Amino acid sequence: MSDNETIQGSAENVEADINCEIPEKGTYRIYIMGKAYDVPVGLTIMKAIEFAGYQFIRSCGCRAGFCGACSTVYRKEDEQKLHFALACQTLVEEGMYLVQIPFVPATKAKYDIYDLKPEENTILSLYPEIAKCVSCNTCTKACPQDIKVMMYIQNSLRGNIAKAAELSFDCIQCGMCAMRCPADIKHYHVGQLARRLYGKYLDDESQDLKKRMQEMRDGVWDEEIDKLVDMDEDAIVELYKERKIEARGDLDKDCKEGN
Amino acid sequence: MDLLYYPGCTLKTSAKSLERTAFKVMESLGHRLVEMDEWNCCGVVASLTEDDLMHHLAPLRNLIHAQDQGYQKIVALCDMCCNTLKQTNLRVAQNEDDLDTLNSFMDKESDYRKSVSVQHVLEFLRDDVSFKVLKKKVKKPLKGLKLMPYYGCTMLRPRQVAIDDPEEPTILSDLSRALGAETVDNPYKIECCGSYHTIKNKEIVRKRAATITGYATQRGADAIILSCPLCQYNIDTRGKEAEGSIEGHIQIPVFYYPQLMAIAMGMDPSDCAFEKNAVDPARVLKERGIIK
Repeated sequence: MSDNETIQGSAENVEADINCEIPEKGTYRIYIMGKAYDVPVGLTIMKAIEFAGYQFIRSCGCRAGFCGACSTVYRKEDEQKLHFALACQTLVEEGMYLVQIPFVPATKAKYDIYDLKPEENTILSLYPEIAKCVSCNTCTKACPQDIKVMMYIQNSLRGNIAKAAELSFDCIQCGMCAMRCPADIKHYHVGQLARRLYGKYLDDESQDLKKRMQEMRDGVWDEEIDKLVDMDEDAIVELYKERKIEARGDLDKDCKEGN
Repeated sequence: MDLLYYPGCTLKTSAKSLERTAFKVMESLGHRLVEMDEWNCCGVVASLTEDDLMHHLAPLRNLIHAQDQGYQKIVALCDMCCNTLKQTNLRVAQNEDDLDTLNSFMDKESDYRKSVSVQHVLEFLRDDVSFKVLKKKVKKPLKGLKLMPYYGCTMLRPRQVAIDDPEEPTILSDLSRALGAETVDNPYKIECCGSYHTIKNKEIVRKRAATITGYATQRGADAIILSCPLCQYNIDTRGKEAEGSIEGHIQIPVFYYPQLMAIAMGMDPSDCAFEKNAVDPARVLKERGIIK
């Protein structure tokens, strides 16, 4: 390539960049289930879909990246890779082809957590299909939470419940992993079982929770609850706004002592 | 010397006793087994289908983890894991196109540079430590103990990844003799143990276990010595069950080779996790006056 061509090439790139970065006032061309729409730059996928005239009756929940209801699959024009995201947390980009996946069929195994023991084969016996994992890692690539999905399945397979619980902790159960798996594994239910087994049998018992449960049984808070029940809505909202999120007992003590 | 150790699922579940004992034995020989930071299933049964690259992802990913951890070698205790890892390593070494396809599919990982070799711990003991050196470390020779070495399939087949002669292997009998034991030969030493039939067709495996053991006892063996966790489970556990269904069958103990190495090297029997064996191996050792 000659110098002249290089310069010309750079000039074109600069122009392209300027076109992309026309802020706020510009629009992006996106495709919702194949139909083209021009939407303002700077919207989330969720707001862009609403801007285009759709009303969400499914595929929308907390709008804050916690509930996992708004999982979205998209591919950009001329891109090979398929992308996975939460519609409420991801900004629209030029040329996105979008579809929402509001529900993933994935039956949860029936169990009573009180009847289970946290042993090596507990998860495998309830979800034997995890043994079909070929370690292709497609689940991990599909996770909008960037969880090492395959690794928590692998840890479940080898009976490492604590590790499976830890790795799957950020799961919001959107189901993209289960939708993509070539072995039809229902990952997010497996992770949930690992966390339940860990919480019930392996993790340290929460002393604060135990104490508070006893207080409730003893009726210590009955009077406060009655007050809340009688309170009007505005007062409750005000009270909620002013609430204090308390730290654990020991931390609280440290704070009081000015440490 | 630190050796990068690939465990495999079985070593973390039904074959914990093999892992525990092997760690202690290797450490007393001056070799620390360091578990890989991250590993997944070995792939279990090596896929022989020409166009089935998907099943090579699992073993290849483990090789990449080892490479990224800065090691040139993985050692494995499980015969099947070792087999699968070796077979995939061989396939990508011989088929550049396959490696390209696998590398580009994985996409998030670094490309595999064919820089990792796979070794069975038994191979390491024979080739890197040497049985001669091992013999010098023996404090309590297994005198009077008659062992029948059993090899099974995955350590020896296919030939390209075998750790010994696929038809006439000697690695376990050489090891046994280095530990001071006598060995008896058995025509069934390289026959299949029944493998995964153990899940759905237990009776087939009970019969296999009884046949293999039957020849051993006919020839006066006190116990069987082997390496593979699946063979151990099948011959020991299903063999014990066969005592109820096959007339005249008595199951003899089935040792993992590190258990016998530990005893011969003077370690405490409590280091051998004998309690995980279906047939108590301590009794025959006491009868022969090897342990108290």
